[in-house]
Amino acid sequence: MSKVLILAEHNGSQINQSTAKVLTAAKQLDAASIDVVVFGNDAGLSAQVASLGGVNQVHYVQCDNNHDQLAASIAPTIAEMGKNYSHVFGPSTTFGKDVMPRVAALLEVNQLSDVMEIIDANTFKRPIYAGNAIITVKTDTAQIVATVRTASFPADKSSDGQATVSETTLTTAATHTTFVELASGNSDRPDLQTASKVISGGRGVGSEENFEIVYKLADKMGAATGASRAAVDAGYVPNDMQVGQTGKIIAPDLYMCFGISGAIQHLTGIKDAGTIVAINKDGDAPIFEVADVGLVGDLFKIIPEMMEKL
Amino acid sequence: MKILVAIKRVVDYNVRVQVKPDGSGVATDGVKMSINPFDEIAIEEALRIKEQGKADEVIVVTIGNNDSQQQLRTAMAMGADRAILVESTAAVQPLQAAQVLLKVIEQEQPGLVITGKQAIDDDNNQTPQMLATLWNRPQATFASKVEFIDDNNLKVTREVDAGLETIQVELPAVVSTDLRLNEPRFVKLPDIMKAKRKPLDVQNMAELVPAPKGSAIEVLKHESPQPRQKGVMVETVDELIEILKDKGLAS
Repeated sequence: MSKVLILAEHNGSQINQSTAKVLTAAKQLDAASIDVVVFGNDAGLSAQVASLGGVNQVHYVQCDNNHDQLAASIAPTIAEMGKNYSHVFGPSTTFGKDVMPRVAALLEVNQLSDVMEIIDANTFKRPIYAGNAIITVKTDTAQIVATVRTASFPADKSSDGQATVSETTLTTAATHTTFVELASGNSDRPDLQTASKVISGGRGVGSEENFEIVYKLADKMGAATGASRAAVDAGYVPNDMQVGQTGKIIAPDLYMCFGISGAIQHLTGIKDAGTIVAINKDGDAPIFEVADVGLVGDLFKIIPEMMEKL
Repeated sequence: MKILVAIKRVVDYNVRVQVKPDGSGVATDGVKMSINPFDEIAIEEALRIKEQGKADEVIVVTIGNNDSQQQLRTAMAMGADRAILVESTAAVQPLQAAQVLLKVIEQEQPGLVITGKQAIDDDNNQTPQMLATLWNRPQATFASKVEFIDDNNLKVTREVDAGLETIQVELPAVVSTDLRLNEPRFVKLPDIMKAKRKPLDVQNMAELVPAPKGSAIEVLKHESPQPRQKGVMVETVDELIEILKDKGLAS
């Protein structure tokens, strides 16, 4: 029987929803037990994880500060713990992608990146070539280390968990790596990765100032805001808004995009969205090939009209 | 200081890959091959560091079959000083690649290793982190800015989900590049000619790492992704809003 260890992600005080998504994936393994490891300096974090249904034990590893979550610092502890498990799962977020390969290397296994489907405890599906091909892979190593593609699994909503919590202190902090700072967009809007609605803009929006009308529509609809790589490269918006192969992979109920042509790399990031709505002045834009609803027209006329009529 | 840049030959990013009908792989015959775009950014960054006088030599390395010499020559046309091909007829997975690169590090003793954060074929995003681990050195992944604090320390800005994170790492270290680190230069014809005369050393992978640790993940089959259902085109905002309301996505 499988024994699963999940690496929890958080921002210092709140557990990231990616943790509940990885939990959903872990439950599909028919595991004998699911434990979670949390690195932090707020004991409230372990209580949040302990309330998730189906978690047996929470390993809370006290760190001097949250920035001890550096990959080089926590990977040795996760790998040592991981020896007692058959599966070690983390989220396929920048946090998980940074640390999990280190865990895999220490356990001397290849990692399964971006698991999108669990067939059985040893067999999985994952995308390659920006999602243009899906491979079924099998591995029977003593530990299976994987990152879970969060857009492929809904968040576990249970809150009846009664996990036991064990507490230790981090002893593997790296001395060669130091956290300096985190510059964050600090938007009041919903989080892009977990929002049910996302409104996004591309190069067609034209400037940083012009993005204001995209934000206004997002606020009116209670949506998070995203962008294409082109809009980020042009400096219209910060990098944390990028959706796509190298940005965020999202699965909102509604994805509405303005002035995005639809490069393959962008489509990779949205193909699990419930409804894709595309507004673009070029009727031949590839985005219309994947859109559920398309409207050819000028976004600077369409957004104000939508603001008025919604 | 030497900088080692690890690159990979991949299907060009403009090619829309097709899964073979028998599910045994993706069709690569006659398809345009290029340097993995993230690795091209890694080469460019190494060259810029050398041009600032902070490195003496840029060495580019790849693991692959003999055809990968083309990509090494392109890297040398960009400005890399010399190249190493670790020849392997079979594809390697990240843990094995990291063990091979570690051997090259032992030979070359670079002060810095730069490579793309992921190859756009397998999208694994593992090799730089695994290499840093086996080497027991720091990693700075997803870099969008690399600055020298002094000869022994780098300040690296990383693109993370929450925004931009800055960390400081002691050299030697492994840096993996993100898209906005730089814009790679174009190769000029005279440089292509010059690159033909630069040294390219070929090593045999089985001799370099006779008994790699870890087993490969077995690929059972390839399939095409499920296509999305064909959508509808509307003419007016009113029609759009009506659909959104019908689906309960707007009120």
